[in-house]
Parts: sequence; structure tokens; C-alpha cells
Amino acid sequence: MYSQGLIGADGATEETPEFLARFQARIDAEEKIEPNDAMPEGYRRTLVRQIGQHAHSEIVGMLPEGNWITRAPSLKRKAALLAKVQDEGGHGLYLYAAAETLGVSREQMTEELLSGKAKYSSIFNYPTLSWADIGVIGWLVDGAAIMNQIPLCRCSYGPYARAMIRICKEESFHQRQGYEIVMTLARGTPAQKEMAQDALNRWWWPSLMMFGPSDADSQHSDQSMRWKIKRFTNDELRQKFIDATVPQAEFLGLSVPDPELRWNEAKGGYDHGPIDWDEFWRVVKGGGQMNVDRIRDRKKAWDEGAWVREAALAHAEKRAARKAALAAE
Amino acid sequence: MAHETPLWEVFIRPRNGLSHKHVGSLHAADEVLALQAARDVYTRRGEGVSIWVVPSKAITASDPDRAAEDFEPTADKIYRHPTFYEIPDEVGHM
Ligand SMILES: [Fe+2]
Ligand SMILES: [Fe+2]
Repeated sequence: MYSQGLIGADGATEETPEFLARFQARIDAEEKIEPNDAMPEGYRRTLVRQIGQHAHSEIVGMLPEGNWITRAPSLKRKAALLAKVQDEGGHGLYLYAAAETLGVSREQMTEELLSGKAKYSSIFNYPTLSWADIGVIGWLVDGAAIMNQIPLCRCSYGPYARAMIRICKEESFHQRQGYEIVMTLARGTPAQKEMAQDALNRWWWPSLMMFGPSDADSQHSDQSMRWKIKRFTNDELRQKFIDATVPQAEFLGLSVPDPELRWNEAKGGYDHGPIDWDEFWRVVKGGGQMNVDRIRDRKKAWDEGAWVREAALAHAEKRAARKAALAAE
Repeated sequence: MAHETPLWEVFIRPRNGLSHKHVGSLHAADEVLALQAARDVYTRRGEGVSIWVVPSKAITASDPDRAAEDFEPTADKIYRHPTFYEIPDEVGHM
């Protein structure tokens, strides 16, 4: 997973018109921008924020699923979930490394996550109440992430695009294992099918919110499109996701919890009911059910790992000193 | 945080017969931990048979602002390419 439409990017920049025009010409020619290339400060800042949010989302995204590893219903499911959560940790690391090429340190990014300054995808502030949630998360949440991430493989910033290519290769297993879990439940006892439906009911709308605010309300989207940091608008990606997912739900005999959902022949896509953006902003700003727990858990992991980081560095210094002494003999 | 954990560049040989290729970077206290982390982060799906880790600070890079003067002149030395020389078809493949 798990990228989300960027929250609060500010593409403002102060370079000369000539510099900006030269930079834009490179972008328009589909040239990739690499770490030490000259770039507008607004471009750099937007990327640091977007890649940082994306990395934090991968890391925080390990928590809701980690909640079920020890309670997976079979060894097969447990092994798959463990591998998926490990992948998400890897995704976070590729992305932090990409952000670091823009001159921000890992420590600084971690600090911003733990202090609440940096945002992460709102979806992870919902609780995982049953095993069916693990299936629905793989299917919908990783599914939405894939929609978001495929165009990012062509992002104008080289290190981000390369990280996304690796990530996209790994995501497809995540979505498929999730769908298979939901399918198993949907074909099981009436109670199991009910669990699957309940999970779909709870995760559907938050999944749609993952694409970020509606185009009309996302003021920074235009500049990101011009710089080819993003290639599709939030609403375009959301529409693609709905069109791909509704038939998958129908196949399972589950119903999407939107009474206004209708196929629109003219546009060749589904029309959907209104999204509760007040809920979205409430959750982004810290008012979701799990915001406090997520940051508490990340902080605990960071604090309790401090002695390990310090010991590893002390050990490295000692070994280096011993080597130097030997060489001097 | 007293120190920043050093940064390493990771290179992987996908299989014997191919050269190591840069795949990304990671933080680790020393080369032993860097190799272990590189294995976990970059080779979860059979991506390689050999890993190199190199301290990022040991890499010296060319200056992107000089890319024009450094690399463009190679394009106008067309006599460095085989197609610059005319060999009659009768001679056969050369
Ligand atoms: Fe991911
Ligand atoms: Fe994923």
C-alpha cells in the first residue's frame, strides 16, 4: 500500500521565470529529475511531503494488520499475512530512502511522524475488528493503493518512480490474498458471509476517501499535475477504483453499501453517493478511532528500540577501532 | 538521537553472469548489519544471488551541472561508431 492523495502540499516556489521554464521543459520532455539536479524549491518540498506521507502510511499500515497475525485462522493465512506486513515495512523503507535523496533525514521524518506533524493515510485510523477486515483491507485498501501507485511509477522524480516500480510488483499479491480471504468467507456459512459483508460495509467509504479530497477541493493538485508528480486527479483514480471493484463485489454476492450506486451507461462508469468529507478531515486531523493508538504504538516501538540502535552503533565503533589498532601494529 | 545511523548503497547481482546493479539504499550501523538488512529489504523474492553494500559517503559522483560539458562531446565523435565507415556490401558482414 498505501498512498493517498497528498494532504496539504504547497507548491509555492520563488525561482526566476527562466529557471522555472527550463525545469518545466525538462518535465514536458518526460525527462526524469534525479537527486542532485537543480529543481524548484516547491517541487522538492512537495515531493518530500508526499513521499514522507507515503512512507509513514506504509509503516503505520503494518499496525492494523499486525493486530491479526497471531490470530490468523490457519498457518497458510498466517504465513501470507506475515509476508504482506513485512512487504509493507519494506515499502516504507524504499520510500524513506527516496525522500532522503531530497535532503531530509530519516531521523527528521521519524520525528515528524511521532510528533504528529507529518500525516499518513487516514485509512489506518480505523480499527480491524474481525478476521474479515484483513481480507477486505487486502482487497480494497491495497486495491486502492495500487490504483494510486501505478501512475506514480511514471512520476517525474526518478528515485520515487523507481521505488514505486518495486512496490507495485509486490502489491498484487496483497490484493489477491485479501480477495481470496473475502471469497472464502463469502462462500462459507451464513455467519461467515455476514462477517464479510460487515467488513465491506465498514471499509468501503474509508477506502474511497484514500484517493484524497474531491478535485474541486484539492487546490494543490494542478501544480503536481504540471510537474508530473501525479498523472491523474483524485476523482479520476477514485472512479477507476469504483469501476474495477463493484463487479468484484457482485461476483462474491456482497453488496456495496451505497444506495445511490448506479451504472451510468453514458459515462461508462458508476455514479456514486456523496462522500462524507467531514469524516475524512476529522480522521486526518487526529479524530479517528485509532489515531492515538497508532502514534502511541509507533512511539513505543521507536523508544523501545533506542537501545538496539545505540548498541549497534557502539558495537560498530568498537569493531572499527579494533580494526584500526590491528592495522597500526 | 546522538548519531545518525550511516547510509549504505545496495548493489545486487541478479544471477551469475550479470553484474551487480544498484537497487537502493538503507541505514545500518555497520557492514554486517547492512548486509543483513539488504537481504531482508531487497531480496525477498529471489532478486539476487550476491549483495554488495557500500557506504554512501564513499561514493564520489559527477556534478550534474557539468553533464553538458562532460557527456555531450561524445555525441559528436561519430567516427567512434562502426556505422561511420563505409564497407561495400560485397565484403560481407564485418
Ligand atoms: Fe505497500
Ligand atoms: Fe500492500
